[in-house]
Amino acid sequence: MRYIAIVGASLAGYRAAQTLRREGFDGTITLIGDERRRPYDRPPLSKKVLAGEAEPESIVLERSGDDLGIEWRLDERAVSFDASGLALSLERGGELEADGVILACGARPRPLPGTDGILGVHLLRTLDDSLALREALTTGVGPRRLVVVGAGFIGAEVAATARGLGCEVTVVEALDRPLARVLPPVLGQVCADVHTDQGVDLRLGAGVDGFDTDDGSISAVRLSDGSSVEADLVAVGIGVVPNTEWLDGSGLTIDNGVVCDETTLAAPGVVAAGDVARWPNRRFGESMRVEHWDNAVSMGQHAARRLLAGDGGVDLVYEPVPYFWSDQYDRKIQLVGRVGPDDQVQVIDGSIADRRFVALIGRDGQLVGAFGMNRPPAVQRWRTRLEEGMSWDDALALASEGS
Amino acid sequence: MMANVTSVPTQETVMAKIAVNFDLCESNAVCMQVAPKYFEVRDDDFLYILQEEIDEADAATVQEAVDRCPKQAISIEP
Ligand SMILES: Cc1cc2nc3c(=O)[nH]c(=O)nc-3n(C[C@H](O)[C@H](O)[C@H](O)COP(=O)(O)OP(=O)(O)OC[C@H]3O[C@@H](n4cnc5c(N)ncnc54)[C@H](O)[C@@H]3O)c2cc1C
Ligand code: SF4
Repeated sequence: MRYIAIVGASLAGYRAAQTLRREGFDGTITLIGDERRRPYDRPPLSKKVLAGEAEPESIVLERSGDDLGIEWRLDERAVSFDASGLALSLERGGELEADGVILACGARPRPLPGTDGILGVHLLRTLDDSLALREALTTGVGPRRLVVVGAGFIGAEVAATARGLGCEVTVVEALDRPLARVLPPVLGQVCADVHTDQGVDLRLGAGVDGFDTDDGSISAVRLSDGSSVEADLVAVGIGVVPNTEWLDGSGLTIDNGVVCDETTLAAPGVVAAGDVARWPNRRFGESMRVEHWDNAVSMGQHAARRLLAGDGGVDLVYEPVPYFWSDQYDRKIQLVGRVGPDDQVQVIDGSIADRRFVALIGRDGQLVGAFGMNRPPAVQRWRTRLEEGMSWDDALALASEGS
Repeated sequence: MMANVTSVPTQETVMAKIAVNFDLCESNAVCMQVAPKYFEVRDDDFLYILQEEIDEADAATVQEAVDRCPKQAISIEP
């Protein structure tokens, strides 16, 4: 293998490139990305960069000393792919035929229907998005009135950061509880309480019905319960969709993501990683697509190794215990494992009332996850136990010993 | 009588070292999970480096901790 093309110049793609070099690949690596910028880190976009506490330069992924000899194709988009010939067409730069392809083209925010062309409605995925939202939150007379649509993690972080900037914040969530499809009720509730504690007006079970505008700019959001919330700006956080449209006709299987096998292989010579990839995680017996930072890193690394291993890589099964964190106000939320709304929950350390605790999450007699608020070391210890596998009873017994 | 010890020149092993930028570190303990021999976040929420010098056999594990640190706070100094 002499020539590897990576589509998507962000976290998964960059970590894949690093891994190729570390594993001794000395052929050509072409990294194609449709953003103008060199790879940067996204989590700060809703946290420190949005708050104005970190400069954009501080979030670049390349470190001094990273000398990967990459052939960069930035501000360039892959527009089609033929998996059988490993051939990519680029929007500006013609055709490209590689010996191996890594798909790391990520996901993009789902737009809120009906907001097309309305000024003051923001999505958040790129650095430019973050800088634009920051600008909007910090200019104007008096405190800005922000409506966040969607109480998922990104919406929640935007709400927290905006409160920190002195904005008046309303969060609108169509479901009855934040993260109702993701977390057991008691944990979704504490995620909600963290915001009401801080003076956020949380409207649950309220769908968005429409918008009022003033001279083309947003002025109010109308809700399904008949009420209306005045707004200077709106931030939308209603989930992401994987960037797979350009792969139609490629010969790959696309089903809410690029479908891979257990080893991250999507077709001979083609691997996928990060937010765009779906694969069966043997550890949980479940097909998953994970939109977390840590997965983009480890799957990017894994996919690079898998590609280099060629036919010898069939045993390189990718079966991580997913890990996610979110920082809101002075709370650090961490979640490890694979959890669902119907799982059982047991607080084993601290208390929910203090917003400092660890809860174990179980299903069918097995430990499947751990959730923590301001208890990072404990949560990480449970991640190790999840990797080793543990029954629910053993986990509770261990917890009662205080470890 | 003292044995005549032939002095063996100390082996010049230049060991790579762990450096953490504590201004960036947010004590999320990811490094501890990856490489518990080197990193520990204690209940006071501070990160402690348990061993600065990286044993040759652990190079890949420590590198993994560097890559997985969400704040890019860890580096390896030659
Ligand atoms: C605001 C924000 C905050 C977040 N906070 C957290 C957090 O606290 N914790 C956490 O675990 N995760 C967080 N995440 C999620 C995390 O950032 C993502 O999981 C991660 O960025 C995924 O990396 P990726 O490389 O797979 O995809 P992406 O980062 O989406 O990168 C894909 C890249 O490919 C480009 N691309 C797409 N199609 C093409 C094409 N056809 N040709 C060329 N280029 C293309 C895209 O423009 C993009 O640059 C956050 C995300 C955001 C947006
Ligand atoms: S992983 Fe990074 S941020 Fe987290 S405790 Fe370790 S050094 Fe600090």
